[in-house]
Amino acid sequence: MTDLIRMEAIEKRFPGVHALKSVSFDLRAGEVHALMGENGAGKSTLMKVLSGVYQPDGGRILVDGAEVSLPNPATAQGLGIGIIHQELALMRDLTVGQNIWIGREPRLSFGRINETKLNADAAEILSRLNLNIDPRTPMSSLSIAGQQMVEIAKALSYRSRVLIMDEPTAALNDAEIEELFRIIAALKADGVGLIYISHKMDEIKRISDRVTVMRDGAWVDTVPASETPISKIISMMVGRELTEEKSAIPDLSAAETALEVRGLWRKRELRDISFSLKKGEILGFAGLMGAGRTELARAIFGAEPCDKGEILVNGRATRIRTPSDAVRAGIGYLSEDRKQFGLALTMDVRANIAMASLSRFASPLGTINEPELGRIAEGYIGQLSIRTPGDAQEVRLLSGGNQQKVVIAKWLLRDCDILIFDEPTRGIDVGAKAEIYRLLNELAATGKAVIVISSELPEVLRLAHRIAVMCEGRLTGILPGTASQEEIMKLATRREGMAA
Amino acid sequence: MSSETSQQTKPAAAENGAKGGILGGGAQQKLLAFASLIVLVIVFSWMTDKFFRVDNILSILQATSVNGVLAIGVTLIIITGGIDLSIGTMMTFCAVITGVVLTWLGAPLILGVATAIATGAVCGLISGTLVARAKIPPFIATLGMMLILKGLSLIVTGTKPIYFNDTPGYTDISTGSLVGKIIPAFPLPNGVLVLFLVAAVVAWILGRTVLGRYTFALGSNEEAVRLSGVNTDRWKIAIYALAGGICGIAGLLISSRLNSAQPALGLGYELEAIAAVVIGGTSLSGGRGTVLGTLIGALIMAVLTNGLRVLSVAPEWQTVVTGAIIIVAVYADQLRRRKTA
Repeated sequence: MTDLIRMEAIEKRFPGVHALKSVSFDLRAGEVHALMGENGAGKSTLMKVLSGVYQPDGGRILVDGAEVSLPNPATAQGLGIGIIHQELALMRDLTVGQNIWIGREPRLSFGRINETKLNADAAEILSRLNLNIDPRTPMSSLSIAGQQMVEIAKALSYRSRVLIMDEPTAALNDAEIEELFRIIAALKADGVGLIYISHKMDEIKRISDRVTVMRDGAWVDTVPASETPISKIISMMVGRELTEEKSAIPDLSAAETALEVRGLWRKRELRDISFSLKKGEILGFAGLMGAGRTELARAIFGAEPCDKGEILVNGRATRIRTPSDAVRAGIGYLSEDRKQFGLALTMDVRANIAMASLSRFASPLGTINEPELGRIAEGYIGQLSIRTPGDAQEVRLLSGGNQQKVVIAKWLLRDCDILIFDEPTRGIDVGAKAEIYRLLNELAATGKAVIVISSELPEVLRLAHRIAVMCEGRLTGILPGTASQEEIMKLATRREGMAA
Repeated sequence: MSSETSQQTKPAAAENGAKGGILGGGAQQKLLAFASLIVLVIVFSWMTDKFFRVDNILSILQATSVNGVLAIGVTLIIITGGIDLSIGTMMTFCAVITGVVLTWLGAPLILGVATAIATGAVCGLISGTLVARAKIPPFIATLGMMLILKGLSLIVTGTKPIYFNDTPGYTDISTGSLVGKIIPAFPLPNGVLVLFLVAAVVAWILGRTVLGRYTFALGSNEEAVRLSGVNTDRWKIAIYALAGGICGIAGLLISSRLNSAQPALGLGYELEAIAAVVIGGTSLSGGRGTVLGTLIGALIMAVLTNGLRVLSVAPEWQTVVTGAIIIVAVYADQLRRRKTA
């Protein structure tokens, strides 16, 4: 089989960082080649070189055996190299067809767009993917998964023979992931080469033919996917063996109840949710996308109003109508989207850690006690091993895992007793994940009541002492932490009418 | 992806608008503006010997004072990611109400000063409430306030100016010189002193206080601040009210210089002030900005106007040049950002 793409000894330097150290990579027609590595390992940089975004400082790139230069993304696209970014770049107010052909609309005279041809061409591509989407549907009416499929269709419309997918399943539920895999299989059969970037091991094992692991900007190894155990891949990524063991479930029968939710309702989103949470307990929330877990967390936190229901904190009925009510009651919420909802990215580590507790460091005149705050910030940087040059570093410059730790530090400083973690390890690399898990266990061990919402079942199973499962806005059951994936999935898909 | 690109810029921690010295960080962006100011001064001094003279420098500073104070006020709002179009007519409205209190009701001077500041603060409070609680976009809310206040100034005065002839010492607020009493050779007008005082206080608020920290935080990521349990609405209203109070000070300065509250005045001042803020490197998208930058921006505009006038350039050309400078300043800032981003 000829190599579709061959990258040889690619070098890339940024000021102060050697981002790619003589990395080689190849892709064959009709294969899925997974590219793995922790955040910062150089995967995205390598793919940006391949898609013409970055210019390499050394090495060469061959397409179909001929050396090429890729001075810009358009050239790469012209050679059939398409990329589907993690953050979708679509125009929500245009239709599916308009999105696919944006910038290349078939024309009539006087600059008019040939909508008929545009939609027909789009329909053809969509049908090639077996997608039942009308090209005239507005983009905004599609689910994230649907939008992603359109993104793939758009890449194909450039006659791409190479498709780079960066974390394509991050926002998809299980059924949608199946749909994506079906399309990937169809593309493979068509001879398209796919480069697949993901942190999810089970996916990699399932769909990829070969796995290349990168670490610290260097190539580590390229191995056949089917013959390499997950633990081996992980250890190649982090350079050390990782234990994936579940920590022991403590006996909490004597512990006090920290949080009790009684009959929480919100129109169309939450239906009669009741549960309780003990001090020192980690309660996992499992469910499919759209089950209402984030909505529940935001309702408890007062970020969104609820229509009915009662919340008791430490046994006392507490009225929570705004996040500041919740924080005053000792509840902290770590959003699934920390960049949008958790951090002031242009501000420094210290200011972010202090965000929820500033008034505590204010003199009567309103001045902030910076030296004290600095000492405390440094303390958390040490305690949580936040990797940053210092507390004056802007948080946008930190990696995902370290940003998450800054958010955790914010709530620790606020001394919240109840912490709700919504997808705490989303977009975080394997090494940092283990640290976050350890941290959550430590928090629980010191008597904090912890809720962990996660779409990754292994994560829930690893962390949770009890597992609450939601489906379509209802709490369909609470299982012990020792439950099996099958038991959880059964509850997660138990639709109304099927309940006992 | 972000983490990979991030590592290259890790050592560049110094570039930071949210924190730093008493006058705020963002050294580079201010350096650029400051260098332009120096270049302008050198060029004008070289072209005419009438430019670099004590009396002319003092008149430039005097001309900066009103716009400078307004610009510093609106800097606060722009850092939160908002905008205030009403500051020009609000300034006039404050002067008018001060005129009512001093001239019509015969109140003592100090009460007039308090009235001006309080009027501005109340107007700001209303704008802030509209923005924060009623969720009206700042552009629209303050556009409405701009017209309302312009109309009210005309209604209250019956479209005629109110003079301050009965209030001795009123003109001293702007044109007197406390410094001149100590150093006769350098009669720095009080208006300029007020400008520097306002600048120092606001820089202190931004750099050292909780209010200042939340000003930056709101502009950086308001939702994250709200989800940290902070009552963002209240802080935002406070910031608009503070900016309004500063407008009141500008109202005192301008009416003192004219010895009258001119009800038709005011429209257009808001754009000059916003221009100064932008030239000073404050981002209209919020989260970044400095008082020193704004001060330099206001000075650049005043130097430009003065220099071109000394060179006998027609006023209509002065406007063209000012417009061009705004675009060049922001473009230069964009180039710098692209390099460091």
